[in-house]
Order: sequence, then C-alpha cells, then structure tokens
Amino acid sequence: MAFAAFGSSAAPVEQAPRRRSWVAVILLLPGLAYLALFFLTPFISLILTSLQTPVEFGDVGQFQQAFKIENYAQVVGEYWPHFLRAFGYALAATFFALVISYPLAYFIGVKARRWPLLQALMLTLVIAPFFISFLLRTLAWKSLMADETPLVQGLKALSIIPSDGHLTGTAFSVIFGLTYNFIPFMTLPLYTTLERLDTRYLEAGSDLYAAPATTFWKVTVPLSMPGIVSGTLLTFIPASGDYINASASFLGSAQTQMVGNVIETNFLGLLNYPAAAALSVILMAVILLIVGIYVRRSGTEDLL
Amino acid sequence: MKFSLGKWLLPLYSALALIFLLVPIAYTFVFSFNNSPKGKSNVQWAGFTFDKWLNVCDAQGVCEAFVTSIVVGVIATLIATALGTLMALALARYRFRARSAISLLLFLPMATPEVVLGAGLAAQFLTAGVPKGMVTIIIAHALFCLSFVVVTVKARVASLDPALEEAGRDLYGSPAQVFWKITFPLLLPGIIAAALLSFALSFDDFIITRFNNGGVTTFPIYVYTAAARGVPAEANVIASAVFLFALILVVVSQLSSAARRKRLAKLS
Repeated sequence: MAFAAFGSSAAPVEQAPRRRSWVAVILLLPGLAYLALFFLTPFISLILTSLQTPVEFGDVGQFQQAFKIENYAQVVGEYWPHFLRAFGYALAATFFALVISYPLAYFIGVKARRWPLLQALMLTLVIAPFFISFLLRTLAWKSLMADETPLVQGLKALSIIPSDGHLTGTAFSVIFGLTYNFIPFMTLPLYTTLERLDTRYLEAGSDLYAAPATTFWKVTVPLSMPGIVSGTLLTFIPASGDYINASASFLGSAQTQMVGNVIETNFLGLLNYPAAAALSVILMAVILLIVGIYVRRSGTEDLL
Repeated sequence: MKFSLGKWLLPLYSALALIFLLVPIAYTFVFSFNNSPKGKSNVQWAGFTFDKWLNVCDAQGVCEAFVTSIVVGVIATLIATALGTLMALALARYRFRARSAISLLLFLPMATPEVVLGAGLAAQFLTAGVPKGMVTIIIAHALFCLSFVVVTVKARVASLDPALEEAGRDLYGSPAQVFWKITFPLLLPGIIAAALLSFALSFDDFIITRFNNGGVTTFPIYVYTAAARGVPAEANVIASAVFLFALILVVVSQLSSAARRKRLAKLS
C-alpha cells in the first residue's frame, strides 16, 4: 500500500486545462490553511525560539524573545561532534542500504517480471517491517546483539571483537540499525524505476559486445537514476534526524549520540528550548542544502 | 552469466535479503509467546505460553496505549484524507500559477526530519500557550500524513481516463452527478490506499509524538518508556497481532485485485 507514495515519478496524464480555477482554490484552501498553520508557522516559531534568551532570575525553561544570534555559535561549539556523527552515520547507512537493496530491487523488478505472484509476494515481504512497531524491531536487534548471545560469543572467540567489547552501543550497531530500518525506503523507489526498465537496452549493450559489468554501469545504473536519487533521499533525510537507533536504551550509547538525541534532551529534558530550536534550524538548513546540491548534480530536478 | 552459479546467485541473494528483513519480526513474534515473569523484562527465554495472548491487557497500560493509538490514528487519518484528497483533485485537474509552489510546500514536510517537525510544532504550541495532549498529537499526525495522502491520491487521479467523465457529461449528468457516480467511485481505491498508509504512519510514529504528547501515552510511547526497564511480552502480542492483521489485509487486497485483472483480461 505504500508503493504509490514512492512512485511519485510516474508520468501524469496531461489533461486539458480547465477554466473554473476558483474551484481549485476552494479545494486547496483547507489543506493550505492547515499547512500554513501547522507547518510554516512552526518554522517561524522555531527560528524565533532559537534567538531567545533566558528570563533574568527566571526559572528553568523560561525565556524571552531576543535576537541572541550567539545561541547558534554556542550549539555548534558544543554539539559539532553530534552533527558529524549524524551525517556520517546517515551517509554510511544510506550507502549500505543502497548496496543491499539494489540487487534485491533488480531481482523483483526485472528478473521476477514473468511471475507476477512472486513479485507481489516479495514486495509484500519488503514492506512487511512497516506493519510492526519500529521500536520493537530495533529492540529485537538489540537483544540479538546482546553480549551473552552466541553471535557475540563467537565473534569474541574469533577475536573479531575484544573479549571485553560489545556489539551494542557502538557506531557499528547504530549504523546497522539505521541501515536495517531504512532498507524498505530504499528498495521501493528502486523497484518502481527498475520495474519500468526496458530490458531491450540491456540486450543492445551485450549485442555491442559490452561486458555485463559495462552494461550494468553504463546502461542499467543511469536508467535507474531516479530511483537511486529518491531512495537515497528517503533514507538519508530521516536517518540523519533519527535518534531511536542511537539512543542508549536502543542500539546506541553515550558515545553514539546524534544531533536528534541532543535536540530531544535539550527540548524535553533540559527545557533549553533555544538550544534545541537552534540545533533544529541548523539540521534543517544543512539537509536542504545537501538535498538541493545533490538533486541538481544528479540532474533529476523534475523529481521534486 | 554463462555458468549456473551466476543464474542462482541473484535469487539466492534476494531470498537472504528478505530473510534479513524478517528476522526482527520473527523475534518479536516468538517472544510474544515467552513465559516471562509478570512485570519483568522479556529478554530471557522462559518457556512457551499462550498466556500473554489470552491476557494481553495484564501488563499495566499496554491496552490503554493501544486504544489511544487507534483513536489518534483514525481521527488523524480522517483529517489528512479529507484535506489531502481535495488538494490532490485540485493539483491533478487544474493548471494555475501557484501550482509548483504548492507542490513544493507539500514535498517539504516529507523532506523534513521528524525531529525538526516535532520540535517545530512543540515550539509553536509552547509560544501559543496550547497545552500538549491528545489534540496536539492528532494535529501533528494529520500534518505529516497529509503529504503522503496527496501524493497517493494524485497518482490515482492522474491515471483516470478523462473519457469516462466526458461520457457522463455527454449523457447530461450534472457536475455533481458526474463526480459522485463516476469520479469518486473510480478514485476510491486510491483514497482507501492513502487512508491505510496514513493510519500506518500515524500508528507507528514515535518521534513527532514524543515532542507533542504531553502526558498521553500512545503505543510507541509506551514501548519507548518501557524500553529502559524491559518491554513486557504483552507489547509483543499487540505488535504481532497488528502485524498479522495488516498482512492479511494486504494479501487479500492483492489477491482480489489480481482476480479483477484476470476478469478484465477475459472480457477484452
């Protein structure tokens, strides 16, 4: 059921323009009002909050409006490692998710075409994780990677990890969790483009004596670029803001905290709203910048 | 590619990848039958039992959290589906100057990390002095579901054959008749798909809820709070039951649409 949401690149049937555009305005108005009230103004609130200063002699969590731009310098100075970790982990998870998903999506979208029932079954299995709680899935991996499990004991026996080492609470487990949790978001858009791949292009490649690897890099990959771009964005953006995988009661530890974790702690724990807001504004700005450059460079602007 | 290993490598790999995706689901399911001591964490295997399935509400708060999640999901889905369907109709059917700006506005919530959406709404409620609770959770959920509804329904509107509506008009159907007798029934599968997607997103949302829940406990909030001391097996029961229900729903809908395609193929 989630397929349609990811297949946004489907070519719409062009229809003749209608004249009564006041109907369109009436149809759009409620939704636009909702977005203005609960999406656009929150961004303004966020920016205003990020510039607030504590009330003099006030309680914890009491702030007044100011133009304290130093808040930004302060959070960057204090939390730059969290930003680096967030983008580093998200980048690694995106890479692994792409490498794991591409062959799977290729098989479902191209090789399994002759068997629609197999295709449907495999797609259902790809989205099956969506049907079960995200938090419980992550906790399941935590239990499977716990210190007393045979897996960890085996790795210790083979000296792959030191005898006092852990699998959970490390950068490895956080990237592993992020990769696992976002594989469906990568596989589905890849599938939607590969499913429409005209296999005659691949035959043409081999007819022209291209090695299978050459055909893959010069024909298949460029043709599946829209899927690669939307898949990597659908993975990278939520992964860089995620804080479940990195939090200590899940797959992370104090050493793996990402920017999402410190936004949560500052907002809900320390009641330091300006710091949390400044961190959110920076995170959003960096993501928009990365997405903008990435989409432009990969030549898929029409995707938006 | 010539020798048989190459032929089997990709199917084998795909099967392994799917098994990998299913491991935590199987784990959650198996541990819903764990005879873990009451109130204790559900990490050590302590024998097989149906007890947790039969007395699922025994763990304190778990059923209340489940019901809260259902209520939030239904109301947020109704709001998002109503607003989103209207927007999708306008965007797919009309050409106007602000069209691309509105599409961008709808894309942005999907490109915003949940933690930023959550913190933004929380900051707004804080500034406006709105107390956090059920209402703020529903407002937040309907917001992030809205864009997904528009995308899903828009795809359906775009795939509609305009000739069908034209035929309705040619037969002197009023615009209202054409809409309710032709357009709406044809759009319904898309609207239902959008509503199901939106409910699924709402039901599993944690991060945005966490910033706007006040004291209200949804099912993911329950699991998160319990995670620090150990999630009881009853939570696994609820998650597994929801999983089986959703799986049956998807399989039935796919089989029925396959049957419909077969019937149509026979007709033509």
